[in-house]
Amino acid sequence: MENALQEAQTIVLFGGTSDIGRAMVAELLTPSARTLVLACRRPGEARPDEFAQDGLDVVAIAFDAADTTAHEGVVKQLVEQYGDLDVAVIAFGQLGEQADYDADPAAAAALVNVNMGGAVSTATAVAQQMKTQGHGHLGIVGSVAGDRTRPANYTYGATKAGLDAFGQGLADAMLAHGVTVTMIRPGFVHSKMTEGRKAQPFATTPDVVGRQAVAGMRSGKHTVYTPGLLRYVFTTLRHLPRWVWRRMPFD
Amino acid sequence: MALLTGRREALAGWGQAVRSVAEVIDVDTVDADTVAAAVRGAGSRGAIARGLGRSYGDPAQNAGGRVLACAGTRTAGAIVLDAVAGTATVSAGVSIADLLEVIVPQGWFVPVTPGTRFVTIGGAIASDIHGKNHHQSDDFGGSFGNHVTSLRLVLADASVVDVGPDRDPELFWATVGGMGLTGVIVSATFRLIPIETAKMAVDTYRIGDLDELMARMSDTEATMRYSVAWLDLLAAGRHLGRGVLTNGEHATRTQVGGSADPLAYQARQLVGVPRVVPPAGVINGLTVRAFNELWYRKAPRCREAELQSIPAYFHPLDLVRDWNRVYGKRGFLQYQFLVPHGEEATLRTVIEQISAARVPTFLTVLKRFGPGNPAPLSFPTGGWTLAIDVATTYRELAPLLRRLDALVLDAGGRHYLAKDCHMSPDALRRGYPRLDEWRAVRDRVDPSGVWASDQSRRLGLTD
Repeated sequence: MENALQEAQTIVLFGGTSDIGRAMVAELLTPSARTLVLACRRPGEARPDEFAQDGLDVVAIAFDAADTTAHEGVVKQLVEQYGDLDVAVIAFGQLGEQADYDADPAAAAALVNVNMGGAVSTATAVAQQMKTQGHGHLGIVGSVAGDRTRPANYTYGATKAGLDAFGQGLADAMLAHGVTVTMIRPGFVHSKMTEGRKAQPFATTPDVVGRQAVAGMRSGKHTVYTPGLLRYVFTTLRHLPRWVWRRMPFD
Repeated sequence: MALLTGRREALAGWGQAVRSVAEVIDVDTVDADTVAAAVRGAGSRGAIARGLGRSYGDPAQNAGGRVLACAGTRTAGAIVLDAVAGTATVSAGVSIADLLEVIVPQGWFVPVTPGTRFVTIGGAIASDIHGKNHHQSDDFGGSFGNHVTSLRLVLADASVVDVGPDRDPELFWATVGGMGLTGVIVSATFRLIPIETAKMAVDTYRIGDLDELMARMSDTEATMRYSVAWLDLLAAGRHLGRGVLTNGEHATRTQVGGSADPLAYQARQLVGVPRVVPPAGVINGLTVRAFNELWYRKAPRCREAELQSIPAYFHPLDLVRDWNRVYGKRGFLQYQFLVPHGEEATLRTVIEQISAARVPTFLTVLKRFGPGNPAPLSFPTGGWTLAIDVATTYRELAPLLRRLDALVLDAGGRHYLAKDCHMSPDALRRGYPRLDEWRAVRDRVDPSGVWASDQSRRLGLTD
């Protein structure tokens, strides 16, 4: 259970090696935390000691985002072992190259299965558990790429657009059950996922995203743009005529 | 019997800081059978009783489970006064406000009242509440549980039992201060105190610093039945801990003179806080400083035997309905702790730290406790207690409270569960060394863990 200062006791990160996810965990951790679960494909790479603190049990568990049939079981197992889930963050996702998806339709579908399918099944399992327990906060990392898909990465953008649409509906459905769902829409973030790519305007760091995302979750926001200015930038971009939008110098 | 179904509702404590959703079922505590039926239908997340929701934190809510809403009982037979024995047998959902309206005109008063009359009898016992008379060692002091002669409880298996200090005393004392986690209290018999009038004779002293204030409290308490001090924690330096001490006694007939009906009792709420309070609240350094200065200055340096009404003396905050709303959407918490006698230096350090942190806090209350009772989870025990209200949005609150926690616990002190919404399981264990004794009783009467609250989960109370 959370206390009056919104300090969670049990925190789960799906996508345990995600830079943004880990930055959010760093913000969420307080001396009240008892259990932190880092769920990722290769638990050996989860570096649990980075979060070590007095009285906190940090565990890394195996979790494959693509294996959607397993997600409900993973959540049930966590609850059995650690009790109520106070906060869960879904931060896994892949980016890839648009050219590769163009060349391999099955790879494009696989990306949808991870970024959207896996996130939807995980979010569903978590939200249903939180509904049963009558409280909880779920943060889902989307992207501004989902606000309007663009030629350079429309497959990735579409996965995030779908996830975002799902998250918005989930947030409204869960409100009366004491569960808050926050969709996080970061812009370009310097992270493992974007390594070697050219930074886009308003590029930021995982730490900034982590701070702003958690602040948004704590104040019960349904949508958090980070950096915050992107809310206005993308509100404008969404309304650009298509012929302008497709000529925008993003890559 | 038909299965009871409730309504889904988001519940919060008086501090409004933590909200969770539960299935709420209205029960009438006069009828133990309806309570038992509601207990039988509780699912895997259990059940907890809720009174008027005046606990600041999360003890009267049960996320995802069942909440038995007990307050508001006005059924015939809810209050039975035995004027010969000087006792009342009261349904647990009756509030002290309702009870006073019945008993004061007949010349009786409750043995203990907190700073609000809007608490139920069940809640008063489950929290083992204290008042301004705790320091009194005889029949006129202690906490509420000291005055209870018997309790009727609905247990986890839906059976109904009567317990008292002489009848299954382990279960009785585990229920006193047990935060509702041994069963639902449906009624209680307790001693009342006789009064001659509905007025209080109050001595008020404005005192410029903490040492003098504490000395005065220690000196005058032996003779005064009620005693409490209000502190201005925004004052610093040589004014550190300046405050207003009020000592009171029930006024005698001679003191009120030839009034028509000396026992006439009227308790009114004058104003409410409108729903349009800004989300961030109106409590900040400026408003609180102004309020504190005004409150301090308006108190007389010394005024003795002033006649005040019962509500004015005991329940001044009740004048403003929903005053908790002034803290805004994110709510507030009350930090109440005690340190044992001999740890006055720790109390001073705590006050210095709060003052140095410039925490905007009014309503800081200092009270001296007499000895505790046999209940393992009862809060009051010989020492000093301080209660501060603070908005949860106040920056640097978390590290400040952790520093204070360490000071309090290292000094052998503890925190009050009825106010708590921030303690850690470790602070519970250290502050309440008899926790395991309490758990043993709880395991006996609730082996499958039916009773649960957000607080019990957060603190691992029943683990």
